[in-house]
Amino acid sequence: MSTILIIEQILNGLQFGIMLFLMAAGLTLIFGVMGLINLAHGSLYMIGAFAAAAVAGATGSFLLALAAAMAAAALIGAIVEMTVIRRLYATDHLDQVLATFALILIFSEGTRWIFGSLPLYLNIPSWLAGPVTLPGGIQYPLYRLTLIAVGLLVWLGLWWLIERTRLGIQIRAGENDREMIAALGINISKLYTLVFALGAALAGLAGALVGTIQSVQVGMGEPVLILAFVVIVIGGIGSIKGAFVGALLVGLTSTLGGVFLPELFKLFTDPATAQSAGASLASMSIYILMSLVLIWRPTGLFGARA
Amino acid sequence: MTEPVLATRDLTKSFGALKASDGISIDLRPGEIHAIIGPNGAGKSTLIHQICGGLRPDSGTVHLLGRDVTAEGIAARARLGLGRTFQISALAMEDSVLQNAMLGALGHSGRPWRFWRPALRDPDLRARAEDSLHRVGLADHMHKRTANLSHGQRRQLEVAVALTLDPKAFIMDEPMAGLGAEGSALLTRFLDELRAQAPILLVEHDMDAVFALADRISVLVYGRVIATGTVDEIRASAEVREAYLGEEA
Amino acid sequence: MIRERYLNLAVLAGLLALALWALAGDQPFTITLLTKVVILGLAAAGLNIALGIGGLVSLGHAVFFGLGGYAMGILAFHAQNFAPLELGPLSIAGTKSMPVIWLAAIAVSAAVAVVIGLLSLRTSGVYFIMITLAFGQMFYYFAISWSVYGGEDGLSIYVRNGFPGLNTLDPIQFFGICLAILCLVLLLSDRLARSPFGLALNAARQVPVRVETVGLSPTRLKLLAFVISGAITGLAGALYADLNRFVSPTMFSWQLSGELMVLVILGGVGRLIGPVVGAAIFVALEHLLGGLTEFWHIWLGVILLLIVLFARGGVVGLISPRRVGHD
Repeated sequence: MSTILIIEQILNGLQFGIMLFLMAAGLTLIFGVMGLINLAHGSLYMIGAFAAAAVAGATGSFLLALAAAMAAAALIGAIVEMTVIRRLYATDHLDQVLATFALILIFSEGTRWIFGSLPLYLNIPSWLAGPVTLPGGIQYPLYRLTLIAVGLLVWLGLWWLIERTRLGIQIRAGENDREMIAALGINISKLYTLVFALGAALAGLAGALVGTIQSVQVGMGEPVLILAFVVIVIGGIGSIKGAFVGALLVGLTSTLGGVFLPELFKLFTDPATAQSAGASLASMSIYILMSLVLIWRPTGLFGARA
Repeated sequence: MTEPVLATRDLTKSFGALKASDGISIDLRPGEIHAIIGPNGAGKSTLIHQICGGLRPDSGTVHLLGRDVTAEGIAARARLGLGRTFQISALAMEDSVLQNAMLGALGHSGRPWRFWRPALRDPDLRARAEDSLHRVGLADHMHKRTANLSHGQRRQLEVAVALTLDPKAFIMDEPMAGLGAEGSALLTRFLDELRAQAPILLVEHDMDAVFALADRISVLVYGRVIATGTVDEIRASAEVREAYLGEEA
Repeated sequence: MIRERYLNLAVLAGLLALALWALAGDQPFTITLLTKVVILGLAAAGLNIALGIGGLVSLGHAVFFGLGGYAMGILAFHAQNFAPLELGPLSIAGTKSMPVIWLAAIAVSAAVAVVIGLLSLRTSGVYFIMITLAFGQMFYYFAISWSVYGGEDGLSIYVRNGFPGLNTLDPIQFFGICLAILCLVLLLSDRLARSPFGLALNAARQVPVRVETVGLSPTRLKLLAFVISGAITGLAGALYADLNRFVSPTMFSWQLSGELMVLVILGGVGRLIGPVVGAAIFVALEHLLGGLTEFWHIWLGVILLLIVLFARGGVVGLISPRRVGHD
């Protein structure tokens, strides 16, 4: 196995992890500020992808498509927050799980109703197509490299937003003490809608970016949602830093496991068996990772809440 | 001197830079009510948690009936004879008053692994639960939903659940909190008689009740016991006046 | 307002009456639908013990449903191939006998529930929901890659397994078996809920610290509830696989875990007959709305949303509000 392949796979893992971070950041922010567990976050990811595909199809512009993805997800997120989610803050996790599960059913079938069951495709724009040569002579797709860069920018942006802006102060206050921010005269329901829409926009962006590499179809959100949950549970629910570290861990474990575990198994058994056993262990590996983390630290790596 | 029922030795517990317990040694002797008083933030709750097993001390020990229980959890200490009431009622609000008392009786029996016969039809459990409810004056409210009890009645039920355990020592965390004058007077009389059954470690803000009931008082300030003595000794202590009573006088 | 006990009996009698009516009208498909109601009701009744009494929001109960399904699939597969199941030095003959399969399904589910429960109960709240979900995914992916037993395509069984003295191929007889098991399990759950164990578990859901303070271990109570719950859902999985004569990784899917939870909530959390009522509504919606529109899941979603937001006691809660503190 060559060094080039290993570096390539590490980059793939990073790219996957960074996309998971976009999902996980919104989930963890929403949980941290509002105490809400939102299964419908995957639907916002799907909505972003479909909005992007529709706008790209109509205008041919990739950037417009990305903007549409974020706008559509944020708008629908805000509407859902104001009509349904808002009523769930005071309820227990069971009700939140069920209500947002119901939202998944509504969004998935609604999307199928509008767009049909066939997958749509988003093309990589020509200015991002093709490989670039990295130092050391490694050829790597420019688009995937761009995804890593976008994710890092979002991470920086979130850090700036939370640590350096007035809104960030409110968000941090909201995590610590809801009554406090109400007492400070901050409009708490507006803040909640804003945080939810922000999380939704990030999910929509992730949906559009990933939809370009894969296909855009109903049900695309849930596998990513579950991975994003694994990420925030590993990182500690409510922690952006935890979401980032968790996302990279999950991305790398999943990608590298998928490539190297079958290779490892080939040392012991015939290729076909090794392939399938290795692949299955690889897809199980992140759940095993999560279980190990939780057994070691029941509230995740950076989780403070008991 | 008789062997104390409950004793702590040099309990120390820090949260970051804050020393919540700083070498606390107190004991509870048979037949007495030992009151712990101190201003807010003095470390009373932290002390209770360590005595009951919810919090492990950084150093020091807790002895119950002469046995070192520092490493035991809440449930094990309860089985050894610690009966606790909570400052904020910890009751199964959806269940009936009787069911809450039955839970105590079930804990006392130590046999929860029975799956067929309805608990409410178990004569032993039921007798023990009803007896406790009767003693605290809740017999008439047995079949009410606990959520529908008044605040004072919930305090009574807290005590009743502890009674079902037939404990060797009671730990009561502000049992008078939120009770009216009449309720406090009733409970004061009840605790006065209860000490004959088992000694009581009483954390309480109601000074009338403390001075009426306590055989001994320990004053806790900034995690340290600054004085232990009889009611008169504590009243007379200059240090206590300065650190604590002085603020209120 | 109807006394809960009468409602319970009415629902079970109603299921039986409907099946007999379908038998008289020669509608085997209706009997099959009713059998599905009974089996899904059984699976959800299992979950209800963990969720309703113990407060354990398990989003991974499909694990047990799937284990039960695969216990049936694997044993029947080896029986129809006349090749024993080799487990290291052990050689287990396959079987087509339902009682043996049920015991295997219960044993395997219970054993796995012990392990998952021990690990998951170290956490609580959202972490518990997520770790149970993760265990579900683990089994899902494992089943997909387990090519010996069909991998992603699943396993088909040619002929339904047998029960001594009965013809299980006859829909009404298989329905009868399932309904009898459901009644038995509901009787057991009812006794369990009111037993000393149920009293303690019920309190452990509401105020774990109180349970500890009287000298009991909430974790052990919840673990046992989780194991009993998993075993029942596992048994339902074996029956479900036998109903379809087919088992596939979708029995492990997280959507199935979600649906089991939906059944419990539709009917009413912690109510004895709730899961059965929930299953009946679910199957009826699937069948009726499914006939009208391809997109019936939207309406299921809307109904579920309305129940969560406005009728938190579920359908049973609307008909017969919960009473407190009687035996």
